[in-house]
Amino acid sequence: MTITAAEVERIALLARLKLTPEEQAAYTEQLNAILEYVDKLNDLDTSAVEPTAYILPLRNVFRDDLVRPGLPRDKALAGAPEVSEGQFKVPRVV
Amino acid sequence: MEYEAIIGLEVHVELKTKSKIFCSCSTSFGAEPNTQVCPICLGLPGTLPVTNRQVVEFGIKTALALNCQVASYCKFDPKHYYYPDVPKNFQWSQFDMPIGSNGHLKINVDGEELVIGIARVHMEEDAGKLIHIDGPDGGYSLVDYNRTGVPLLEIVSEPDLRSPAQARAYMEKLRTILHYLDVSDCKMEEGSLRCDANVSVRPRGSSTYGTKIEVKNMNSFRSLQRALEYEIERQVNLLENGEQVQPATVAWDESRGVTTVMRVKGESSGYRCFPEPNLVPIEIDSAWIERVRQELPELPDARRQRLIDDYGLPLYDAEVITSSKELADYFDRTVALYPDAKTVSNWLMGDFSRLLNAHNLEPGQAPVPPQELAALLQLQQEGTISGKIAKQVLEEMFASGKGARQVVEEQGLIQISDAAALGQIVAEVLAANPKVVEDYRNGKTKALGFLVGQVMKATKGKANPGLVNKLLKEQL
Ligand SMILES: [Zn+2]
Repeated sequence: MTITAAEVERIALLARLKLTPEEQAAYTEQLNAILEYVDKLNDLDTSAVEPTAYILPLRNVFRDDLVRPGLPRDKALAGAPEVSEGQFKVPRVV
Repeated sequence: MEYEAIIGLEVHVELKTKSKIFCSCSTSFGAEPNTQVCPICLGLPGTLPVTNRQVVEFGIKTALALNCQVASYCKFDPKHYYYPDVPKNFQWSQFDMPIGSNGHLKINVDGEELVIGIARVHMEEDAGKLIHIDGPDGGYSLVDYNRTGVPLLEIVSEPDLRSPAQARAYMEKLRTILHYLDVSDCKMEEGSLRCDANVSVRPRGSSTYGTKIEVKNMNSFRSLQRALEYEIERQVNLLENGEQVQPATVAWDESRGVTTVMRVKGESSGYRCFPEPNLVPIEIDSAWIERVRQELPELPDARRQRLIDDYGLPLYDAEVITSSKELADYFDRTVALYPDAKTVSNWLMGDFSRLLNAHNLEPGQAPVPPQELAALLQLQQEGTISGKIAKQVLEEMFASGKGARQVVEEQGLIQISDAAALGQIVAEVLAANPKVVEDYRNGKTKALGFLVGQVMKATKGKANPGLVNKLLKEQL
């Protein structure tokens, strides 16, 4: 499996990453190395194994509909780049 | 050329659980910003979300009520998008395995019953609320994450709707059903019921679809209908002028009565959905489905039919009464005490509804309980009060919360049915209006109505109308 520079560009766009041409080339190479490594899994015979997206055989793990206190507001906002009126302040989006 | 519109609706409904879908934060409306948040709904790394069982229950219940197939297995998938209303940069939703699919509901428009397909019902989390502030350097936005993680059902119709009136009827019917199910407050103005529309037009008879426009920001049934009317006309005008409709998302501007372009649609496959490994998949066996099915309340269509079959109500009355679960409950309780169903229905659709509107109340909040409305109708039926006075009494009952008999007694509104006393008043009215009496005797039978009115006025409406008529005719 190989990944092209154009695909890396699209992934960067979707992830809102601004890459220089040098970075784009470097990441294309690195991503391909990673994919090549993961590709080793194809050497295994998995024909008798059901495909799954989950690593644990769990089903139907639920919570009851109960309210518990969350974070105090100052803690909730502690990681905000900027705060105003008890809210996260971000660059205007529209 | 004649055109037809193709409309599909995507409805988001906030479920009335106490806690959020994947964490234990409160869902209550109107709290101070960012006071109902925790590491899970803020999307902090290393947290483990767990699904609220009640959301799945509500999902199954709604899917069944909308005649959907309930999935025996379903899961959540992150749907990625960059917008600060989601702190994780993705929203947990259901992509390829919705909890319900292939359903339908029935609407009545202009006396015609239509079956509208429902493509899917899926569970997801709501996003936060943004406020945009103007200022230097383009201003800024403020984010409140209280609503982030509030459970939603998204209900997607098939593109089966052909007019704004049908779209409105579908939306109203859907709200009625959701009300009956008691899964949501369904307040469009508060945003607990939201609606986006996909609309295109094509020459009538064509089998291909035109370019689809997504319309957002319709906050009432009225604005849904107006926005669609405007958008359809806009698209038809473009085609008539030989222009093309460009795919876009537009927002309805209620005050200006126009739609404006929010964004031109680009490629749509950027959501990158895949099974969320941190959320355990859900298996719904037939025993679970059957249990929820047994617990379903009587739904609007069945209830409407029951009112027609059991009480002989006309279709129109049955429709109006069952369009609100609370009104239908009120009807059932009143009829249990005062079995003349058509009279009860007339009062509920007439003065009772008018007074509810005037006091801005839902039927369940009426200050007049069913037994008091029944008592009022009883007083009228026995002849203790006239129909006209009964309306006046109901008005007072709404205003003061007092019982029917109490109002009648306190205000001395008991009908005058004493022939001697009434005969005296009739004689006085005749003596005071010699000209009208003469007109009547000369064949102007309409003059009688005036004289009845005068007697009513003299008795402040308390005279028994039948007796007044009889006495007038005798003395004339
Ligand atoms: Zn939370």
